[in-house]
Amino acid sequence: MSFDLVVNGKVQRLPSQPATVAELVRALNLVGKRIAVERNGEIVPKGLYDRTTISPHDRFEIVAAVGGG
Amino acid sequence: MNAPADQPNFAATLADPLVINGTAYRSRLLVGTGKYRDFAQTREAVIASGAQIVTVAIRRTNLGQDANAPSLLDTLPPSEFTYLPNSAGCYTADDAVRTLKLARELLDGHALTKLEVLGDANTLFPNVRETLKAAERLVADGFQVMVYTSDDPIIARELEQIGCVAIMPLASLIGSGMGILNPWNLRLIIEQSKVPVLVDAGVGTASDAAIAMELGCAGVLMNTAIALATDPVRMARAMRLAVEAGRDAFLAGRMPRKLYAASPSSPTSGLIG
Repeated sequence: MSFDLVVNGKVQRLPSQPATVAELVRALNLVGKRIAVERNGEIVPKGLYDRTTISPHDRFEIVAAVGGG
Repeated sequence: MNAPADQPNFAATLADPLVINGTAYRSRLLVGTGKYRDFAQTREAVIASGAQIVTVAIRRTNLGQDANAPSLLDTLPPSEFTYLPNSAGCYTADDAVRTLKLARELLDGHALTKLEVLGDANTLFPNVRETLKAAERLVADGFQVMVYTSDDPIIARELEQIGCVAIMPLASLIGSGMGILNPWNLRLIIEQSKVPVLVDAGVGTASDAAIAMELGCAGVLMNTAIALATDPVRMARAMRLAVEAGRDAFLAGRMPRKLYAASPSSPTSGLIG
């Protein structure tokens, strides 16, 4: 059963509900990428991905460094 | 082949580092990483510029099929360069603080940051009220804030009093390439500041960078002037040389301006005839 979650302002359809942020990062193919994650406006430190659970109404922002001045 | 000619400059820059919050940098040129054709050109230009500090923006990451596209951090590894994440594109203190906190998490606690809060989407003029608010919150939170601002000496002083580690007034509007429009205000800011003052924004060509350095700026930060040059890599090199030349000219102390001197450089005696 698929699972919808708002990531970066858009609904992402995932194959199943990720239990934790670590699982979400895996589901989005972002393992090993230099990213930062915000859950409902609060930063989730890298070290806490495993322990941070996900609820259906959470809103995530996942950012990276890009070229800029 | 160029080594002998370059060596004295190199030695001079080693002896005269840019010091930001206790950390010494050999290069006084800071460059942005936006607007390049591709990552290969970004890297080539950054290396030609000699810059050690590079600015980056923080944006939503690509999801889905683009997730494996090459990243800026692969192109310019944080082991080779000092990253200066910016809050470009933010129009409120809240957004800027939020963005820079994400940047700090992304860069494993790296606290050096470029605060920029814009006030107008057309001119990209900074909103100094929001900039002051954001600076207070970031400094209180342990960030080392290099702050982009207008060339108002009073605001610059307040930003220094808040605890910003560098003041970065514009020379002219972001991306305009209009050069140094108010050297007198820059002079006032440089004279009163105990932290480094860097021109950030408005440089269009090498002479602009040299003028900024001759005024006594501690450094220059630019992006568009290099990235949108017809040959960005050559312009990056030109900017490196201009910043070094301008710094040397500032340290050397220019001769006074005179309307005329009646004192030729060649002897006035011993003429034939």
